[in-house]
Amino acid sequence: MAVPSASPQVPDLREPPGWRRTKNQLMTILMWAAFVITLVPLVLVLYTVIQKGSAAISWQFLTSHTIPPNVMPLSFPGGMGPAVLGTLEITGFAALIAIPLGILGAVYINEYGGKSVLANFTSFMADVMTGVPSIVMGLFIYTIWVLHFGYSGLAGSFALACLMLPIIIKSTQEMLKLVPDSLRQGSYALGATKSRVTLTVVLPAAVSGIVSGALLAVARAAGETAPILFTIFTVEATNTNLFSGANTTLSAQIFVNATSSYTGAEQRAWGAALTLIAIAFLLMIIARTVTARFTRYTR
Amino acid sequence: MSTVAQAGPAKSAGPAHPLAQRRPLGDRGFAILAIASGLLVLVILVLIVVSTAQQSTGWFSQEGLSGIFSVDWDPAANHYGAMAFLYGTAITSVIAIVVAVPFSVAIALLLTEVVPGRAARPIVYVIDLLAVVPSVVWGLWGFVVLVPWLQNHIYPHVGNVLNGVPVLGNLFGPPVSGQSFFTAGVVLAIMIVPIITSLSREVIATVPAIDKEGAYALGATRWEMIRGAVWPHSQGGIVGAVMVGLGRAMGETIAAAILIGSSPQITSHLLATGYSFPSVIANQFGEAVGVQRAALIGLGLLLFVLTIIVNLIARGVVLRSTRRMRGA
Repeated sequence: MAVPSASPQVPDLREPPGWRRTKNQLMTILMWAAFVITLVPLVLVLYTVIQKGSAAISWQFLTSHTIPPNVMPLSFPGGMGPAVLGTLEITGFAALIAIPLGILGAVYINEYGGKSVLANFTSFMADVMTGVPSIVMGLFIYTIWVLHFGYSGLAGSFALACLMLPIIIKSTQEMLKLVPDSLRQGSYALGATKSRVTLTVVLPAAVSGIVSGALLAVARAAGETAPILFTIFTVEATNTNLFSGANTTLSAQIFVNATSSYTGAEQRAWGAALTLIAIAFLLMIIARTVTARFTRYTR
Repeated sequence: MSTVAQAGPAKSAGPAHPLAQRRPLGDRGFAILAIASGLLVLVILVLIVVSTAQQSTGWFSQEGLSGIFSVDWDPAANHYGAMAFLYGTAITSVIAIVVAVPFSVAIALLLTEVVPGRAARPIVYVIDLLAVVPSVVWGLWGFVVLVPWLQNHIYPHVGNVLNGVPVLGNLFGPPVSGQSFFTAGVVLAIMIVPIITSLSREVIATVPAIDKEGAYALGATRWEMIRGAVWPHSQGGIVGAVMVGLGRAMGETIAAAILIGSSPQITSHLLATGYSFPSVIANQFGEAVGVQRAALIGLGLLLFVLTIIVNLIARGVVLRSTRRMRGA
């Protein structure tokens, strides 16, 4: 572009002239604006949940029994005790299933599969599986488990585990890729078997990233509603037995109460929402601190 | 992927144990365990198709192909057509994409090209927070806060202003409803911004530094560098990222179930109530029996097939473009 320079002898190399510079600044401002506008719904949702939820929440709320959404409460609009218990049980057991399987799957893809077609295909399909709608996972567990063994917390755990599995595989795989090959070579040179190298050298070197990836997957699963609806059959009573009988979770309670117009339902929903978001954010913060702390030591 | 045998240490160490006669039992056991876990992904995907297809045969045999793709969804008349849901799913996810993509790509560019590495981290955290807010909480907030506000203060004005305007009048004219395709689409957009942003970032990060430096050396401004060096390289990958987002929007259930208004109809009014695959399954599955239950499972199968196709294409595109960029 032939832009007539102001002083022909000494061209100004620092700043592009006029309109090009304005355009550049305009675009930078637009990018920041996009970020700020995206913040608006996040701030609004958090503000509403905290404002309305903190009015509902109390120790009594977190521990006492739930009242069905269509029952008029007498004085206290009912608590979320069974749901808190159910969420922790079901998500916890799902994590117990999915984390070891996910890590082992990633170990296969990264350590054993090498460049083989099957390993590459598995890795690709794990990517695709992260896109399977959560409601389809719910239907899947319904058809394969609930139809034969009935509703239970365990079925909910299976559905959540199916959702977590590909996320954990992918995040673990990324972390295993970062482990330097010299570590593996050194261990092999000492005569260690492959399983020993993987378990005592490679996985410990990547542990911080693996833990944080797994916790993020758990945090997302804790909030899932769709797969829970068909697998645990939402009830109001406390069910401490994970392996049989209908159960309940915070997410399912929010869904049941959200659209109900009965007294106290909305308040219960907000209280449950605040509890659920607190659990999810707590997991995420732990994940971030784990990463921050361990990366400092390893580098 | 190249078929050249790279002398990967992990590879050569396995069979190449000239000193050991055979690998210890525990070692082989662990290998088998790892392979089994890896293949579990494929097993689950196949089982999803098999089990849902098996449970929905009642629907397919009753309705036939023409019945399945009819508009009519009427449990009282025992008639179950999927077309209205297909339409609703398509419309809401297209709205979500149209709204979400400019923001996601802008934030991805901001994170990779404008804000230097370390300072970008807080922004990444904030965007990740968006992903951690559960779907049902978006639904609750949308239902209690957003829908009444839109219904009372925004949509009526939009409807009045655009009434009679050729194309826009058809899309946004009265009658308007707070729960609508558009409301659901916008909330879905918020929910898919994090995934599109993070995938776009990955793609943009693979643009070779030498291209960018070259553009700067020619005197380009940052925006000109983005247009000339970053964009041509990452175009394909960003298309893939957008398609992954599209898949997410199609499958997002609870927020859409609460916000879409639950009436199976095909209309060009974006501000009218509608229905989509995941939301009808979530809302009706509890009370459904017999053919209706089979039909809902069948809708799940259709949704699964749709999202799998979208995701296969999307991941293929992302994989190809990042691999090309890394110069394998």
